[in-house]
Amino acid sequence: MKHLLSAADLSRDDAILVLDTAAELAAVTDRSVKKLPTLRGRTVVNLFFEDSTRTRISFEVAAKRLSADVINFAAKGSSVSKGESLKDTALTLEAMGADAVVIRHGSSGAPHRLATAGWIGGSVVNAGDGTHEHPTQALLDAFTMRRHLRDGAGDLDGLRVAIVGDILHSRVARSNVLLLRTLGAHVTLVAPPTLMPYGVESWPCDVSYDIDRVLPGVDAVMMLRVQAERMHAAYFPSTLEYSRLYGLDARRMGLLPPHAIVMHPGPMNRGMEISADVADSSRAVMVEQVANGVSVRMAVLYLLLGGMKEEI
Amino acid sequence: MSRVLRGVRPYGENPVDIVIADGVIVELAPAGTGAGEVIDSDGLVALPGFVDLHTHLREPGREDAETVLTGSRAAALGGFTCVHAMANTNPVADTAGVVEQVWRLGQVAGLVDVRPVGAVTVGLGGDRMAEIGAMAHSAAEVRVFSDDGKCVHDAVLMRRALEYVKAFDGVVAQHAQEPRLTEDAQMNEGELSGRLGLVGWPSVAEEAIIARDVLLAEHVGSWLHVCHVSTAGSVEVIRWAKARGVQVTAEVTPHHLILTEDLVSSYDPIYKVNPPLRTAADVHALRAALADGTIDAIATDHAPHPHEDKDCEWAAAAMGMLGLETAFSIAMATMIQPGLLSWRDLAQRMSVRPAEIGRVRTQGHDLVVGAVANIAVVDPTAVRVISATDLASSSRNTPYAGMELPGRVVHTFFAGTPTVLDGALA
Repeated sequence: MKHLLSAADLSRDDAILVLDTAAELAAVTDRSVKKLPTLRGRTVVNLFFEDSTRTRISFEVAAKRLSADVINFAAKGSSVSKGESLKDTALTLEAMGADAVVIRHGSSGAPHRLATAGWIGGSVVNAGDGTHEHPTQALLDAFTMRRHLRDGAGDLDGLRVAIVGDILHSRVARSNVLLLRTLGAHVTLVAPPTLMPYGVESWPCDVSYDIDRVLPGVDAVMMLRVQAERMHAAYFPSTLEYSRLYGLDARRMGLLPPHAIVMHPGPMNRGMEISADVADSSRAVMVEQVANGVSVRMAVLYLLLGGMKEEI
Repeated sequence: MSRVLRGVRPYGENPVDIVIADGVIVELAPAGTGAGEVIDSDGLVALPGFVDLHTHLREPGREDAETVLTGSRAAALGGFTCVHAMANTNPVADTAGVVEQVWRLGQVAGLVDVRPVGAVTVGLGGDRMAEIGAMAHSAAEVRVFSDDGKCVHDAVLMRRALEYVKAFDGVVAQHAQEPRLTEDAQMNEGELSGRLGLVGWPSVAEEAIIARDVLLAEHVGSWLHVCHVSTAGSVEVIRWAKARGVQVTAEVTPHHLILTEDLVSSYDPIYKVNPPLRTAADVHALRAALADGTIDAIATDHAPHPHEDKDCEWAAAAMGMLGLETAFSIAMATMIQPGLLSWRDLAQRMSVRPAEIGRVRTQGHDLVVGAVANIAVVDPTAVRVISATDLASSSRNTPYAGMELPGRVVHTFFAGTPTVLDGALA
């Protein structure tokens, strides 16, 4: 595989290979010298058209732990706002010899375009595009679930996962539905009908408007950030009502089976989709998700750039 | 001097010699007997020159994308003898001055009748009626009024416009798009838009406006024309309105007759167009509606854009695709070859009806003695591979590049003068 544009690009075997590789690489992180020579001399560009410090840093740490040279290219404003065009930016990076471009872009499909328009020759990793996908987030989520709920090996066959929140605008939800399905898990999307994508009934998952009925049957619940501006677009009447109907508070957390974990891709709106006591509870694995993000992104860069297995 | 289209088959029927002199058809002689300069047309099909109700020539304002001259060349090569130049130029064609300028540029180019379309509202702003009467009475004699690219969404303004144009036998051509339902819309709303994470353009945003407008037209006894119908639901509404006796006409673009939303999965903005590409079921319904006359005409919505406006990510790209030079081939592939339309039917859809709708007296004539010699001569057996760089348009945004399409325009006669001979500008 040359690019990672969508979670749908990954077969079950591909996905397990990424997760297994990430598990091996995670061990490196526990060493005192957290660095492998694998990608020495290779150049990874973090091309971020949207601000996302946490994702950018995660990719940066991942690339550096593999000894790649990392260039952070924060493109302020996309060509939509008449900055430099995506094409010219791509040609510039190509001229500088980028082996991989990690792209975050506000426009759905921009990574796809970068990979297929013939502007660059290197690998493209989608670090989140518009309301489309965020495949490395899905991988780190799967990695986290596998560690907690499946002894850190194999697939996620039979696992039950609820994804709650603004599904309509969520690239995390799209990638997770695809990847979790590939790995054998069963996903239920929970949101008010206004925040469900059109045609969601044909997605490979269940749909519910009632979080309280879903929570008792899941192994993991993933809460999505709900942006305040959605309220002004009349997707729901008020943040208070949203929080009351779909937020995860201590009472609702009590509906979960004892082993179930609480996840959130961050950044969290404490008090909106998740209450502070839930976010800080022992079931919440958000900090671990961040750490796993580095391992998974190391694995993706390693596999895409053809690192040698023996070097781990 | 007379010219003879030797051995040509009018409407695909028996070969004759069409003799042209002084701008008109003077004789339909037995094949091989007509006198004059011979234009070899053996076995080719003659149709009345095509009339496009919906063309963006971009001049004034975006001469980097197209000019009246380059657009006229593309039109002639596509077998057109008349195009209606849409009003969304810069400045907008909302005054007699601008429409006369476009009309004169068309005269100077001299390859097709360029009939300017006047804006319904000032600056396409949607809140104040433009000087429709002045445009109608100008040298350009505007009869079609449209805010195309934008919908006249204010119901009162639409009602007034429908009423007002009755004074000079004009028509309002509506770009049916409910604006609030289509904010930031990028593609057809459906399962695919949800999956691709692109903001949907729901069918109902088109259908609701058409439903409102046919009822308005009925109420005030006016005639409505619907631009680029793109959904099966719109077809149903128009069919219902026609059955009810509402004066409504409608057009469909070539691309909505052949392309579907699946192409958007590539995120290649060459497929970005407004209204968006729809589903296979919509394509099927549009073909059936064009066949049964519910939709009156094929109109290209030829929309040139400079390369940089398509060589980018989806959201940043401009909406629209070229159409003039491929319209006939698409019509052949989608309507003639499957047997949905005869050649005479096609002449109705691409020439006679659009000329009637645009009130163009010198166009859309049957191929009979005395008719103005606006003629497209086509080779239905030809097959060609479309190349974006071979097109006469200043722009390259054809969605058909690399595709093999049937049919080729061989000769075009505009008012008796050849504008295209053997597939090249005369």
